[in-house]
Amino acid sequence: MTENKLVEVQHLKQHFPVKSDKLFEKKVVKAVDDISFYIDKGETLGLVGESGCGKTTAGRTLLRLYEPTAGRIIYDGKDITHVNMLPYRRKMQIVFQDPYASLDPRMTVGDIVGEAIDIHHLAANAKERRDRIVELLSLVGLNTEHANRYPHEFSGGQRQRVGIARALAVNPEFIVCDEPISALDVSIQAQVINMFEELQERMGLTYLFIAHNLSVVKHISNRIGVMYLGKLVELADSYEVTFHSVHPYTRSLISAIPVADPEISRSTRRIVLQGDVPSPVNPPSGCRFRTRCPYADALCAEKEPEFLEVSSGHFAACHHLDRVK
Amino acid sequence: MNEYLVDIQNERLSFFTPAGEVKALNDVSLYVREGEVLGIVGESGSGKSVTAYSLMGLTPHPGRLVGGDLYFNGHHINRMSEREMRKIRGNEVSIIFQDPMTSLNPVYTIGNQIREVILLHTDKNKRQANERARELLRLVGINEPDKRLKQYPHELSGGMRQRVMIAIALACEPKLLIADEPTTALDVTIQAQILELMMDLKKQLGMAIILITHDLGVVAGRCDRIAVMYGGKVVECGTTDEIFYHPAHEYTKGLLLSVPNMNDRERKRLVPIEGSPVDMLNPPAGCPFAPRCRSCMKICLGAMPDYTPLSDDHYSACWLLDKAKFESRGGAQA
Amino acid sequence: MTAKNPLSFQLKVDDFLPATDAEKQSLVQMRPSVSFWKDALHRLRKNKVSMVCLVVILIIMIFSFVIPSFYPYRYEQQIQGSEYLKPMVYSIKEQARIAAGEKVFPHILGTDGLGRDYAVRVMMGSRISLLVGLIASAIILIIGSIYGAVSGFFGGWTDMIMMRIVDIIYTVPDILMIVLISFAIKEPMNALALKPGFHWIQTIGTNMISIFLVFALLYWVGMARIVRGQVLTLKQNDYVTAARALGASNARIIRKHLLTNCIGTLIVTTTLQIPSSIFTESFLSFLGLGVAIPLPSLGSLASDALNGLNTYPYLLMAPALLISLIILSFNLFGDGLRDAFDPKMKG
Repeated sequence: MTENKLVEVQHLKQHFPVKSDKLFEKKVVKAVDDISFYIDKGETLGLVGESGCGKTTAGRTLLRLYEPTAGRIIYDGKDITHVNMLPYRRKMQIVFQDPYASLDPRMTVGDIVGEAIDIHHLAANAKERRDRIVELLSLVGLNTEHANRYPHEFSGGQRQRVGIARALAVNPEFIVCDEPISALDVSIQAQVINMFEELQERMGLTYLFIAHNLSVVKHISNRIGVMYLGKLVELADSYEVTFHSVHPYTRSLISAIPVADPEISRSTRRIVLQGDVPSPVNPPSGCRFRTRCPYADALCAEKEPEFLEVSSGHFAACHHLDRVK
Repeated sequence: MNEYLVDIQNERLSFFTPAGEVKALNDVSLYVREGEVLGIVGESGSGKSVTAYSLMGLTPHPGRLVGGDLYFNGHHINRMSEREMRKIRGNEVSIIFQDPMTSLNPVYTIGNQIREVILLHTDKNKRQANERARELLRLVGINEPDKRLKQYPHELSGGMRQRVMIAIALACEPKLLIADEPTTALDVTIQAQILELMMDLKKQLGMAIILITHDLGVVAGRCDRIAVMYGGKVVECGTTDEIFYHPAHEYTKGLLLSVPNMNDRERKRLVPIEGSPVDMLNPPAGCPFAPRCRSCMKICLGAMPDYTPLSDDHYSACWLLDKAKFESRGGAQA
Repeated sequence: MTAKNPLSFQLKVDDFLPATDAEKQSLVQMRPSVSFWKDALHRLRKNKVSMVCLVVILIIMIFSFVIPSFYPYRYEQQIQGSEYLKPMVYSIKEQARIAAGEKVFPHILGTDGLGRDYAVRVMMGSRISLLVGLIASAIILIIGSIYGAVSGFFGGWTDMIMMRIVDIIYTVPDILMIVLISFAIKEPMNALALKPGFHWIQTIGTNMISIFLVFALLYWVGMARIVRGQVLTLKQNDYVTAARALGASNARIIRKHLLTNCIGTLIVTTTLQIPSSIFTESFLSFLGLGVAIPLPSLGSLASDALNGLNTYPYLLMAPALLISLIILSFNLFGDGLRDAFDPKMKG
């Protein structure tokens, strides 16, 4: 229902200019090329895809960290595509992938977490500020004594927690999680995933969870969107995407995922795609996936498939869904 | 000398850095049979890559072997000179690395780099080497080999570059291929291609593979045996089924519980392993996993456990297993 | 395959009791906190050459700024009858005063053509040279770092235009500019010097003001380029994006995140700029374009000393030696600083 939507993007495009060999030629990378989706309050929407699919760009454009080339961004019913973002910075936050590059090495952990408090004047005096910082650190499982230390003294998992605490400092409603666990060790990933889930329950957060690891995304998301070369090819409930996907790309993506179970792994019929992902500067005409799709034909080269609802809440963009077994 | 193709016995290796001695490998024992695929699973700091590199004598400065013996294909590796090592590298044992961007030399053509290996270890001439290079490219599934041979690494995609690396590694039909996180830097669909390719080639050429990775899923369907490493030690080793369905070590169990499974129908809560990875400058005196182990006992903190054999191929180093033995003997020292 | 464990023969029941959390925690301590500064300081202290240079610099500072206040002679004080005295020699008049029981402080470095004690002149000369070096470097640091940071941060057209301006400035001949500006401001400056509160203009001289003006106009471009380069790299980091996502203003990001992460570079570049500025000033003073008489600078002292070089070589050697020593120490110390701030090896 429309009343429940917290975030919505409509026909969002993000094109980046690219250096060209010729003098007056303007080349662009169509990193995000007309995608539309919405996220309900309290929901987690997962966004998956491989390198070059545009999912990270989509997340950042949604937060207006890049100015969108076209399309609309709607937050809680208001069109925020061209407004001053400062008040919205308190409602929409982001957690980054690289725990090493996402914390300023010259600031103490306390100051990193407290920066938001300083910018938005959320504390009346130094004591309040200090208390709030301690509160935030304990929310993510760190102690008071950690506040005076520098990022390089912590492990990757702990740094990621600092990044989460920083995002929570403004008391946001919506967080874009940009591959937050990809750079962590496997045994730490579970800790951080659990933390995201607990925080969501406690604070009623809404997430856009971007990752290339489909198992993790499936675990944490209510719905999943699959992107390929700047386009959304499928969007549905997590269960549906995992077990009843309809798009050939989604199918091969799922079958390619290594499963930590020998019997299942041995018996899975793998759909191995031929060829490599085309360059986003020169995407194939018509359906972008056709160069690797086993069901492609002339129609696919001519006409781009529309992103349509094929069953309740399940969207896909493909001309030949009936052919896909 | 040995029935195994690879036999590493009690290897100890340390890096002598200005900050102190980093005990990267603390009594590592492994073996690989001919034609077998061994997966080595571990996180950062576990020592999995260090083990593989030491087998090829490629340990970087300031690392040094401090103890143990390494045997490969009849050679006593730690007693060999650099010159002797060079004869077997690329020839009897090859390695492919994680990052195909940096493992190929950007200023030489693909053809040049493949030919180099062939010319070094065989007495083929340049034309024959080129023929062989073309053959290898076809073997690894690269079309238009003539065109590709003349190209430079930056003109190929990540997946292609990895295939070229495999071609170079297989040029002299080695008995052992070491693959150090070969697909970590690749997209999932490309990863599937590369792993499939490696398994096909293994069948065709009958070589053994050591597959190093942090991804349990990668080793699940493809390895014959798996060694799990943590903090510079092999904590458990066994057949794939034994490791996944009858894990004996707390770390292995924890790892299996903490990884989300695509095929779960209901939403399960992940059970994470508490704590942080081990600091290799200051490793605990006893079992490296002790501080994070939910079943940690007093003895675990002070002393390193022995390996307890659980079946022909399955062994694990854990005081809990010793405890079971101890109690079954009635608590008295035998 | 089985390792021998020396303790396997002494197992007790107690050993198998579960370990407490405290026991487990004791094995996992965080290493003592080492901030960026402590780390750099530690590395600097280990560098013997840098430490020696630091001591030399401190000695020279004391020599130039502290001692003249306690010295019995003043730099502009002309003593009749004591012209061109060799070091440690007394003039006839002074000898007479000593015979009369007065204590006369020896002229350690002799005197110059006007009977002024040379030692104190060299000290003052060193003070002026250092002050010029320090002030000029400060001007360069402030203008250059802000300009470079702004240019690097905004990128695009702003960056392109700002850097083309830098390119143009690079081509301007500095000595010519100094002479021209000196000439151009002489009249207005002299008029200004007569007004109350501006008398210091006369002491320093219009040439010095021109030098500072030219430093402010031309010499900061090197620093700007370096800072811009650093900022271009630094702004790629996610922590900058994070600051933007938090709502930080551009000024805040430049100040708190970009420039602070350049501090190592800023300190090193400034430290290495000091000898360069001192050299430029010495060279200009040598040419007669520097400080106004009777204020001495090492360069002007050297210039004056050229006249009587054959007869009174010590008049040239003292300032020349001192210039070399100052420049060498700052250069080596700056090198040491650069190594200390280089985060190559981390635990």
